[in-house]
Amino acid sequence: MTAATWELILESFTKILIPGLLMTIPLTLLSFGIAMVIAVTVALIQYADIPVLKQICRFYIWVIRGTPLLVQLYIGFFGLNNIGISIGPFAAAVLVFSINEGAYCAETIRGSLEAVPKGQLEAGYCCGMNFLQIMTHIVLPQAFRSAFPALFNSLIGMVKDTSLASNITVTEMFQKTMQIAGRTYKFMPLYLELAFIYLMFCTVLTWVQRWSEKKLSHYETQGGR
Amino acid sequence: MTVLEVKGIEKSFGESHILKGLDLTVEKGDVIAVLGPSGSGKTTLLRCINFLEKADKGTLVFGGREYDLANMTKKDIAAVRRRTGFVFQNYNLFANKTAIENVTMGLTVARKMDKAKARTIGMDLLEKVGMADWHDRYPSQLSGGQQQRVAIARALASDPEIIYFDEPTSALDPELIGEVLAVMRRLAEAGMTMIVVTHEMDFARNVSNRTLFMEHGVIVEQGPSREVFEHPKEERTREFLRLEDSPHV
Repeated sequence: MTAATWELILESFTKILIPGLLMTIPLTLLSFGIAMVIAVTVALIQYADIPVLKQICRFYIWVIRGTPLLVQLYIGFFGLNNIGISIGPFAAAVLVFSINEGAYCAETIRGSLEAVPKGQLEAGYCCGMNFLQIMTHIVLPQAFRSAFPALFNSLIGMVKDTSLASNITVTEMFQKTMQIAGRTYKFMPLYLELAFIYLMFCTVLTWVQRWSEKKLSHYETQGGR
Repeated sequence: MTVLEVKGIEKSFGESHILKGLDLTVEKGDVIAVLGPSGSGKTTLLRCINFLEKADKGTLVFGGREYDLANMTKKDIAAVRRRTGFVFQNYNLFANKTAIENVTMGLTVARKMDKAKARTIGMDLLEKVGMADWHDRYPSQLSGGQQQRVAIARALASDPEIIYFDEPTSALDPELIGEVLAVMRRLAEAGMTMIVVTHEMDFARNVSNRTLFMEHGVIVEQGPSREVFEHPKEERTREFLRLEDSPHV
């Protein structure tokens, strides 16, 4: 590689990293936070078997999982603008990402809720607790623990999926890199550099995951008895 | 004094008629052993009177009130459960809570009792079942017998008028059964009212004051335990006791 290429890489590094820190990360965290609220609610509605609401949840999951994220982004931004609902590109991205991720995570959490032995629910009732109390103190914490690796998978996936927001004019890392590459024609070094920055972000998340799993597993022990 | 009275309880699961109209009266201090082959409806009976299953028919008289078992409101269910305890075959301890937390949860969460006060009560109960030294252990760190003893302390936490035991030793290794039965015997001797679904013939014979033999959803025979064991009236009871007493090899 020539000295000029190295210079470009060094020079563009902060230019790509800054939208990463200011756009990609906030977009991911905000969307994932909202997605979690949706996911827990949708999972609990199904677990509690609430009529009508349950059917609405199944419909929501069916539609979201059955259509491409990119198409959803176009509908959420261009489509909404088209019918007179003009929200900015960032808001549209948050809206679409949280609704999309919420559907997938709802299924993860529902599976984990159902994996908590029903006997604990019954024991909770026998101790005089009501459904919500049992959920908050007993079932959800355990479900969350077993869903944790899968949820973290979704979070890591989302970091990279945010690059799709470039399509609806959000200036995140990918958008920024495309702009620089379009100017300099140095595609290989620049996209490799971008890939490397995504990898760094995800590596940090992997560390966070490992550390939190250790923290969370306090009640599990070596082997069952 | 009558603690609990069940009249004409019926329950079906689909086509199979599990309980066919039983009556049961429990006096204060009674320790009632419920015996019977698998599928006779023993467990369903306990689960129906604590509303873990909804009975199709029947009434329950408890705490001076009469309830229609097929039409219980959430409030009624909560009111009755607050004064009863339940011990499960598989312990069903809360896996994410320590032994002491398992015992105090019903007090701190359901009744909003002050944490420190609940802890004092909880430690006292763990002491009673010989588990005070293990109070900060999680269920996965305890043996089956220890878990069941914690579960008994948990059932005692609400200061119940009656405790239901659903085959409390059936999931235990033979060498761990004794420690659980010892705790139950001490409770019985202290005057606790108990209904115990069990296969432990020695417990039924020597600890319970009344034995009730069930089959196919009806009570075949009941009476003072000594009498049922020594002079069973029904041929079916005799056969069952003979089989249960013989070594299973």
